[in-house]
Amino acid sequence: MRKDLVWLFAGILFFGLLYLLNWGVKAISTDLLVWIGAFLTLAILSFLYQDNAFYKFAEHLFVGVSAAYWMCMGFWNTLVPNLIAKLHPPIVKGVLPAIAEKPPEYWYIIPAALGIMFLMRLSPKAPWISRWALAFIVGTTTGLNLVRYLRSDFLGQIKSTLIPVIVVENGSLSVGGSFSNIVIVVGVLCGLIYFFFSKEHKGLFGVASRVGIYILMITFGASFGYTVMARISLLVGRMRFLLGDWMGLLQ
Amino acid sequence: MNPDNPKMGFFETIANIDRRVIFLFIGFAVIIPVLLSFSCTEEATPIVQAVYDEIESLPEGSKVLISFDYGPSTVPEVQPMIDALLRHSCEKNLKMYMMALWGTGHNLISESMQDIIEKEFPHKIYGVDYVNLGYKAGNQGLINVILTDMKKMYTTDARGSEIDAVPMMVDIRNLKSFDLILSMGGGFPGIKEWVLFGGDPGNIPVAGGATAVSAPLLYPYYPRQLLGLLGGIKGAAEYESALIKGYPKFKTHSHPAIDMMGPQTVAHIVIVFFIVIGNITFFIGRKREEGEKREGGVIK
Repeated sequence: MRKDLVWLFAGILFFGLLYLLNWGVKAISTDLLVWIGAFLTLAILSFLYQDNAFYKFAEHLFVGVSAAYWMCMGFWNTLVPNLIAKLHPPIVKGVLPAIAEKPPEYWYIIPAALGIMFLMRLSPKAPWISRWALAFIVGTTTGLNLVRYLRSDFLGQIKSTLIPVIVVENGSLSVGGSFSNIVIVVGVLCGLIYFFFSKEHKGLFGVASRVGIYILMITFGASFGYTVMARISLLVGRMRFLLGDWMGLLQ
Repeated sequence: MNPDNPKMGFFETIANIDRRVIFLFIGFAVIIPVLLSFSCTEEATPIVQAVYDEIESLPEGSKVLISFDYGPSTVPEVQPMIDALLRHSCEKNLKMYMMALWGTGHNLISESMQDIIEKEFPHKIYGVDYVNLGYKAGNQGLINVILTDMKKMYTTDARGSEIDAVPMMVDIRNLKSFDLILSMGGGFPGIKEWVLFGGDPGNIPVAGGATAVSAPLLYPYYPRQLLGLLGGIKGAAEYESALIKGYPKFKTHSHPAIDMMGPQTVAHIVIVFFIVIGNITFFIGRKREEGEKREGGVIK
């Protein structure tokens, strides 16, 4: 642990010296924030070699900053204008003068009470009170999601699958369009058959099930390809920051 | 031959290669094209072109709600999409209403406003041509509320001005007041929630841009429930190329997504190479194992 700390402080000192000496490269950034960003990027990337003090430092810093950021955002963007300003508008005169003159809306006491009940989870004597607020959230979210998901994800997707397998465009057969629609219809049906376990997968049913698993495999492959693209994009983004914003090697 | 273990053959060495060697190859595959500014030409696919055409078809003064549903971790992928969409919207003189379902989106709105709108379109006026509504908690619950009453949640804009004092907010009642919703991000809450809780129940056109990880999950909504989608950096590059094609003056502006497609391509070639090598060594190794078992009398 002590050795890790020594390495960490040595690394930070080294980086600080490089910043002060400007590394002798004219194009290199002189912005301290860019240097901090570069140091933290390299600290995180160092995990690719092995776990180390730099990575741990950057990771802990990220967790701490994120927690503080979300707390501040929640307080200033939701709690202050949408609750405190509604219950007692004059109190926000210093930060939101535009709404300080509005009349109070006392029914906001109900969500305020639910919020306080949630915080009772921290109380060693009555943590059970938080379950009431949680039950309210679970109930409303379930009710809200059930209707929307049923309409858009279930019925909406069935509707989207009911498409013509022979597509005619401008009076002539569209081979590409027809092929796409056939793939969608056959893919959905075979995929569903694969997950239908009440009948043995034999004969024509078995063939459809086999096609279903191939369709699923192709889908997983496409997802993997997209995931690779996403990760490489992040790496390219960081490299452009290090080579461009920090080292000034890019035009 | 592996010098550490003379008995280990070429394929065994490859099969047991240290993962850090692969990282090194990927690193070079990205760094070299970035330094050489290697990029690829892109052509908009129908799903991306649909977003472009929708914005292109909107008359001047149409209201576009842009939701910044992402954070710094996905900026390299999503920011180029936002930049291109903002440029297009500004060029078409659309009214841009920017909000965030993610807390991290709040600051990214300010950055986008500074970098694109204020810098490249200085004649645009805050509150008349564009507004920052900021972040509100509530995820899909928020969308559900603003579907019927926008001002119930947004009492002020992000700068603290009373919402009715912002000129472009005067005639906004709810989500149905908008001509198009653009959700940028792809995580939760994101495009899916906008389709389910905003677009479908309100019959409002929804389009967006998503990170590559979440894009495959959103394609089923296209084209009936989702007008179009910019999937990952490839989608962003396609949109940038469509924008340059439509408005050649943007060729001189930054187009990070097109620039990023070069390193993407090289890195993908390296990954495909390692996948092929990995599979070959796997099958050869399995064949040898089977052969050894037969010789040993395990399988007869």
